[in-house]
Amino acid sequence: MTLIKKRLAASIAMAAATAVVATTAQAEISDDEVRIGYLADMSGTYRDLAGPGGLTALEMAVADFGGSVNGAPIVVFSADDRNSADVGANTVREWIDQRNVDMVAGLVASSVTIAVTKVLAENDRLGLVSGSAASSVTNEHCTPNHIHWVYDTYPLANGTAKAVVEQGGDTWFLLTADYAFGHALEADVTRVVEANGGEIVGGVRHPFPTSDFSSYILQAQGSGAKIVGLANAGADTVNAITTASQFGITQSGQQLAGLLIFLNDVHALGLEATQNLLLTTGWYWDMDEQSWEWAQRYFDEVGRMPTMVQAGIYSSTMHYLKAVEAAGTDEAQAVREQMASEPINDFFARNGRIREDGRMVHDMYLAQVKTPEASTGEWDLYEILSTIPAEEAYRPLSESQCSLVQN
Amino acid sequence: MTMIFGVPMAVFMGQLTLGLVNGAFYALLSLGLAVIFGLLKIVNFAHGAQYMLGAFAALLGFRYLGINYWLALVLVPLVIGGLGMLLERFLLRRIAHLDHLYGLLLTFGLALIIEGTLVNLFGVSGARYATPEILQGGLNLGFMFLPTYRAWVLVAALAMCLFTWFMIERTRLGAYLRAGTENSQLMQAFGVNVPLLITLTYGFGVGLAAFAGVLAAPLYPVSPTMGSSLLIVVFAVVVIGGMGSILGAILTGLGMGIIEGLTKVYYPEAANTVIFLVMILVLMLRPAGLFGKEA
Repeated sequence: MTLIKKRLAASIAMAAATAVVATTAQAEISDDEVRIGYLADMSGTYRDLAGPGGLTALEMAVADFGGSVNGAPIVVFSADDRNSADVGANTVREWIDQRNVDMVAGLVASSVTIAVTKVLAENDRLGLVSGSAASSVTNEHCTPNHIHWVYDTYPLANGTAKAVVEQGGDTWFLLTADYAFGHALEADVTRVVEANGGEIVGGVRHPFPTSDFSSYILQAQGSGAKIVGLANAGADTVNAITTASQFGITQSGQQLAGLLIFLNDVHALGLEATQNLLLTTGWYWDMDEQSWEWAQRYFDEVGRMPTMVQAGIYSSTMHYLKAVEAAGTDEAQAVREQMASEPINDFFARNGRIREDGRMVHDMYLAQVKTPEASTGEWDLYEILSTIPAEEAYRPLSESQCSLVQN
Repeated sequence: MTMIFGVPMAVFMGQLTLGLVNGAFYALLSLGLAVIFGLLKIVNFAHGAQYMLGAFAALLGFRYLGINYWLALVLVPLVIGGLGMLLERFLLRRIAHLDHLYGLLLTFGLALIIEGTLVNLFGVSGARYATPEILQGGLNLGFMFLPTYRAWVLVAALAMCLFTWFMIERTRLGAYLRAGTENSQLMQAFGVNVPLLITLTYGFGVGLAAFAGVLAAPLYPVSPTMGSSLLIVVFAVVVIGGMGSILGAILTGLGMGIIEGLTKVYYPEAANTVIFLVMILVLMLRPAGLFGKEA
């Protein structure tokens, strides 16, 4: 055999071998594509905390990962759930039936998330929940098919409510959004307030969403409680704080405690109305160098600073893609196992790990809204007061009602 | 302390007052709808968007042109009303001879386009519009602390309602208008420019929505979605009052505000649904509405 012929034979053999290796690797990835569906409120009350900005964060993660996993391209679909559990569940069912979607990201309103994760469990696909607050998502509603990433009502109550009671705010009136998330937050806050020697003296469950809070604020004023706790989110919280300032709630000696406040809420309300408000957050764009760098890249794309949810969408998607790569498959249980086997320490999460109930526990932060004088820019809104360590922040597994946890 | 149905008198009175303020708001918005439907037979689903545009125009006018609240209260209804007239002249008129449903679909589509565009531009978190200095602070009514601005909203909205009612029911211009919609050919034979009258009426209805929008700007965060949530309630008010009845819209608006306010005390979970329950009851017992004439 001549040299040329030898070389030719060798390259053919090598090409064939590569092709075999490539196909076996890709055979593990369904349809030769990693298909991600992004489901969130894209147009309503919760749009600004996740919404289109969250989709950008997800696409940034996909681009940073290189656009493909082991040679299989990553494809992203997105849809608006309009905060409706039916719309959300039907969209995801359609994604699975018609497009064979492997993973669903985003997931904001807790009621939507609880409905969607049931569909994911029935079809054995994976869900990465970044927007939802209800701690019940990984408690009584836990499934082997979803992971809750950014925060939940347990650390919110543990951080904010505890700090407020310790400062002397021991009688509370709660304004609660009347659905899964509000109920979960109400339960968690009640537990923390009572455990720290405080008392819930009254409360109202208001419809979701509500634009006029004057009647509820008046009831809160009449209750004589020192603290008016806002167990709601998004536009409801913004509306409630606006109305409370019109009715002079602080002048009459009461104090507001916002239990779930996002960066975009504080930005919309302005520092004048929100200064000194205590809040608990899973991440803040200016909390350190790493966060700042990522936030600047996001800002260049979107023109706004990211919320903790948008940062969490990037972080969870990145961790997912790495797990798919390492596991060599996009099969839900294998990926989840791989994800849980790696600790999470990136720009978003510190001391993060995924527990068997699907909760990603990581350090949380108690923050205070800056005064207008202390703020140096449009987005310079929080001061981080203290860190709540990952293992203390979230509901301990010993109290868990999740069927995946053996108690 | 005196109690009314298990609620202290003072709280009860406070809720009644707030209900009245919200009711005046509903009255103002449903009045615009009633004028447009009663005289033009257009089901104006863009009313919520036009209300929102009023609030946005006040906000942007202040931010970029330095137009203050009082000037906005006059200018914004004129500008948004003017846009409404263009809409009537170039779009609604083309389908005036068709079934009501086409007008409904057209205005609904327009509302979605306007809202979607603004959501894309501004997001949904909303922005704050400062309360004019003279209306800041509050009044101590003995049983409650009423922010001055809300008292002003009540007065301004009721005054505007009365003015509109007077214009349509008690003036010559109003008589032309009513006659023109009853029999436009006959009126044109008398030399009245009926198409112009219709354009002006639509513009006036839209102007009322924009006026309500400016009034609302300091109360609620100004956001692109502020109109759509209100619109459905306002339509229910119009249906309860009787489609097209001016006085019906005003009185029903006030009444529904009060009923909703009291629901917020006794059974807050139902606050968003109580108006629709009333609507169902009214439709079952008096299909033409409380103040409507039976066809």
